Amino acid sequence: MTEPVIEAIDAVKFLGEGAGRVQALKGVSLAVGGGELTLLMGPSGSGKTTLLSILGCMLTPTSGTVRVGGRATADAGPEELAKIRRENIGFVFQSYHLFPTLNALDNVRLALDVRGENSHRAMQKSKEALARVGLALKMASYPSELSGGEQQRVAIARAIVSNPAILLADEPTAALDSENGHAIMEVLAEIAREQSRGVLVVTHDPRIVPFSDRIVSIEDGKIIGDKRPADGEARADKSGTAAAERTDKPSRKDRKRKP
Amino acid sequence: MSLAPKLAFRNLFHDRLRLIATVIGIVFSIVLVTVQMGLYVSFERMVTVMIDHADADLWIVPRGTKCFEDPSLLDERERFRALSVAGVASAAPLVIGFAQWRTPSGGNTPIFMIGSDPRGAGLEPWNVVEGRADALAIPGAVAIDRSYFDRLETTRVGEYAEIGDQRVQVLAITNGIRSFTTTPYVFSSIERARAYTGTAANKASYFLVRVTPGANVMQVRDSLRARLPDTEVLTTAEFRERSANFWMFGTGAGFALFAGAMLGLIVGTVIVAQTLYSSTKDHLNEFATLRAIGSSGGYIHKVIIFQALLSALIGFCLASVIGWIVVLATADTALPVVITPLMTAALLVLTVLMCVVSAVAAIMKVTRIDPAMVFTR
Repeated sequence: MTEPVIEAIDAVKFLGEGAGRVQALKGVSLAVGGGELTLLMGPSGSGKTTLLSILGCMLTPTSGTVRVGGRATADAGPEELAKIRRENIGFVFQSYHLFPTLNALDNVRLALDVRGENSHRAMQKSKEALARVGLALKMASYPSELSGGEQQRVAIARAIVSNPAILLADEPTAALDSENGHAIMEVLAEIAREQSRGVLVVTHDPRIVPFSDRIVSIEDGKIIGDKRPADGEARADKSGTAAAERTDKPSRKDRKRKP
Repeated sequence: MSLAPKLAFRNLFHDRLRLIATVIGIVFSIVLVTVQMGLYVSFERMVTVMIDHADADLWIVPRGTKCFEDPSLLDERERFRALSVAGVASAAPLVIGFAQWRTPSGGNTPIFMIGSDPRGAGLEPWNVVEGRADALAIPGAVAIDRSYFDRLETTRVGEYAEIGDQRVQVLAITNGIRSFTTTPYVFSSIERARAYTGTAANKASYFLVRVTPGANVMQVRDSLRARLPDTEVLTTAEFRERSANFWMFGTGAGFALFAGAMLGLIVGTVIVAQTLYSSTKDHLNEFATLRAIGSSGGYIHKVIIFQALLSALIGFCLASVIGWIVVLATADTALPVVITPLMTAALLVLTVLMCVVSAVAAIMKVTRIDPAMVFTR
């Protein structure tokens, strides 16, 4: 793995108060580097989303350290955390979270607009990002005019348009059928592979295992497994599910051989 | 261009029903404020209209006079004393007072007489649309305003009527000289006014002083005060302010209008705040997404403020149209609503302020937003 882009060291997180207080993370350490697609898998309530929120600087750990691009976030206030997010992290959400009143191009442009980027340049970059995810012809479409898969592609374009070091994706295929889910994972894998970004995907979906370089398993707020599928053990093809069922260890190299 | 205004515009127009409710709230509030302020301005102008049109640098008034319509009397000797003061060019007597107008059909109606010397400085009728003001020098001549034709049962120059059993002839008709008390103003020569109001020949209500060219008005005022200790000597501005203060605040009328305007503002602020807050709540997910993708708090506040400003602009435009309809509809009434350019500008600023203040609750809500909520929705 290259230098970690984002890492949590011994992160502990308590959620709730009083009798409802629960420990969502029990000393989790995880580092994600550039150029690899990591899956964070675990059952509901295992702490996946809490860890993702902490790595994404949306939640602060009760104790432990989070570093983004080598910078510790412990003392950062909400505005500083927002700045870290917009400069380093792209987000892809399960339910897309597109703005229904803006077309695809403006939805993508928004990620640059919040950075105060020049309007003309932002427009150009947004068009390129949409073209990269295969939506060059749908720039003027509104979310309601797009399929679920297309909406998720817009969300991915929004996440990568500002050229973040890492992409954090929360169940990006959960709301999609297998064909669209497959297509989305291809896009994410390509982003990791070709743009050397770190991509961390939280998922329940075993069908997307073949796209991963690394699988981290979490349960009861602890990491219980961290493996890198060995070369040649699996191949991601158009029917990635079958490959995943044979073995959960496809390699990025295998995916590169994909037609 | 930044997407913040576009997002604000789309957020606002996305829910048309809510937009309509917001705009109605703003329009209701601003029309209410406009009408109250318009009445306030109109009332203030009306209560000082005679002072504003009098040909005077200084007013010698009976001690304790509260307003122009206060019918106390001064002695002519005071006028001669005034004329002996250095810097006084003239001191024209003015007589005011109530009288009874007998209509051609035999009915009676109260009138407010204003008598001055038609050949000298004083208070002549203005806006004469029929006949001539200098015709008041003719014995028995009077000037009336066309807005009181019905009350006085007189509609044209040359018609006769009676004031206090004395025959008068209308020889001048004015336009727009109305009294807020609804009692018609009737102009005549000072001698006839004394006769109609039962004022002695050596008495007058006011002396209107003109100072000599180059004289310092304030110095002349101080000299007159020293020379006439039984009277009060006021500049036109001072008398105007005293008269306006009496009617506006001494009677409570101004307070009532002001309170109405404040009520309108409060109602408007609450309505706009409520709708903006509810709109923000509905778009909370989007604001959380903005926050999650790294937007600063300032950017989100900008979106909400733009929403408030857009609402203000739309509401103000509609309220202005309604305001002008009200102005036209009340133009010929006893107390017309008056909208001045300054007032329009002030109302625009007020509308914007009201809407921005209304956005505070929404901004507070969005400031506490947890960006991590995007993972749970």
